[in-house]
Amino acid sequence: MKPAPFDFVAATSVAEAVALLGERDDARVIAGGQSLMQLLNFRTAQPGTLVDVNRIVGLDGVRRDGDFLAVGALTRHAALEAHPVAREQLPPLAEVIPYIGYAAVRHRGTIGGSFAYGAPYAELPLVAVTLGGEVIVEGAEGRRTIPIEEFFLGHLETAVGPQELVVEVRFRLPAAEAGFGFREIAPRRHDYAIASAAALVQLDSSGAVGSARIGVGSAHPTPIRVNTAEETLIGRRPDAVALAEAGQAAAAAIEPLGATEADRTYRRRVVAVMVQDALAQAIERSREAGS
Amino acid sequence: MSKIDVQVTINGEVYREACEPRRTLADFIRKDCGLTGTHLGCEHGVCGACTVRLDGQTVRSCLMLAVQAEGASITTIEGLSDGVELSPLQQAFHDNHGLQCGFCTPGMLLTAQELLEQNPDPTEDEVRDRLAGNLCRCTGYEFIVDSVLDAAGRQAAVAGDA
Repeated sequence: MKPAPFDFVAATSVAEAVALLGERDDARVIAGGQSLMQLLNFRTAQPGTLVDVNRIVGLDGVRRDGDFLAVGALTRHAALEAHPVAREQLPPLAEVIPYIGYAAVRHRGTIGGSFAYGAPYAELPLVAVTLGGEVIVEGAEGRRTIPIEEFFLGHLETAVGPQELVVEVRFRLPAAEAGFGFREIAPRRHDYAIASAAALVQLDSSGAVGSARIGVGSAHPTPIRVNTAEETLIGRRPDAVALAEAGQAAAAAIEPLGATEADRTYRRRVVAVMVQDALAQAIERSREAGS
Repeated sequence: MSKIDVQVTINGEVYREACEPRRTLADFIRKDCGLTGTHLGCEHGVCGACTVRLDGQTVRSCLMLAVQAEGASITTIEGLSDGVELSPLQQAFHDNHGLQCGFCTPGMLLTAQELLEQNPDPTEDEVRDRLAGNLCRCTGYEFIVDSVLDAAGRQAAVAGDA
């Protein structure tokens, strides 16, 4: 199991990488390689040229930018987990990142690569879909900002063009009173999840749900925000019945992936439970934030 | 396909070899540098046998190209012991029957060594969590977990004596 031959160019700037992607029609970007190297080893992917972006100075980094936490595409998962600005501004990241692969994978894997690959089980795309966010890509025409709602198009399919490079991922920072929750279940620890869910809830002064955002991962062809589940909660007291209904609404909204670990029926059931649990955690934290 | 020169430092020694861009770091270490202690199991990042330390951090050497490691400092299993003297972690694996066939052992040791550097007194759950990405088909993991916990205990005893 060895990759097929390819040309290899280590770009030293975003402009150089973008120019290479434009010049060569079967070029692919390699960053951390934690997904692409699998495809290369299996020869599922046989690009003519690999454009390595690992040596581009300044393509990594974390900073607050207005209402967003801006994460450079080359930022490694482990570096983001440990980053003081990320930990202070957006604690959910350090909470969710340990679920991503294994330590050795998080040392290499990059944020930009995770979004560009578009795998449904990827945790940070689910967080971005739930909190809100955007992805900045650069191509021959310059930069464009893609709202997260328009980014994930299908299974392993994103809005990034073949000649574009992801340069930054931006997570919308939640209100201080909002509570975040996350839950996932996998057959083996750190393996791909059967279903995952994230929730962001804000309670109003009466203790009813003022706003709710719910995302589901690993179960649908893309990470997906489930508005129908959110709508069941608005204005209601978040009791067990309300949470169970939201879970059911989420399970009904997805087109479940089928696989050996989990058939479609089972996956829907697990989605309902994951959503319920993520909501319960989010609500608990929203109460703590409000008190 | 033309070859590219790659220079890396492995276990303190400089290696400079020409290889095709498609050469994985794992194959480079084994075939070009002759260090066959790094094992290749699944070749797609699942089994953890090929784990090495790259500039201090564990990585899967099958999920990286040798050309991407240019200039890096790498530690492989051959760099763990001091000459013929086993490292405390290796000795603990030996004493606790932490290996049978030995295929997964290099990856287990490098992964566990990093854990103990970051967390000298891990709980059993923390050991299991960290080793979740390293597959062993012989031991059922029990003796591997025992070995890592024993090594942690020995380190603490040595530190206490000092």
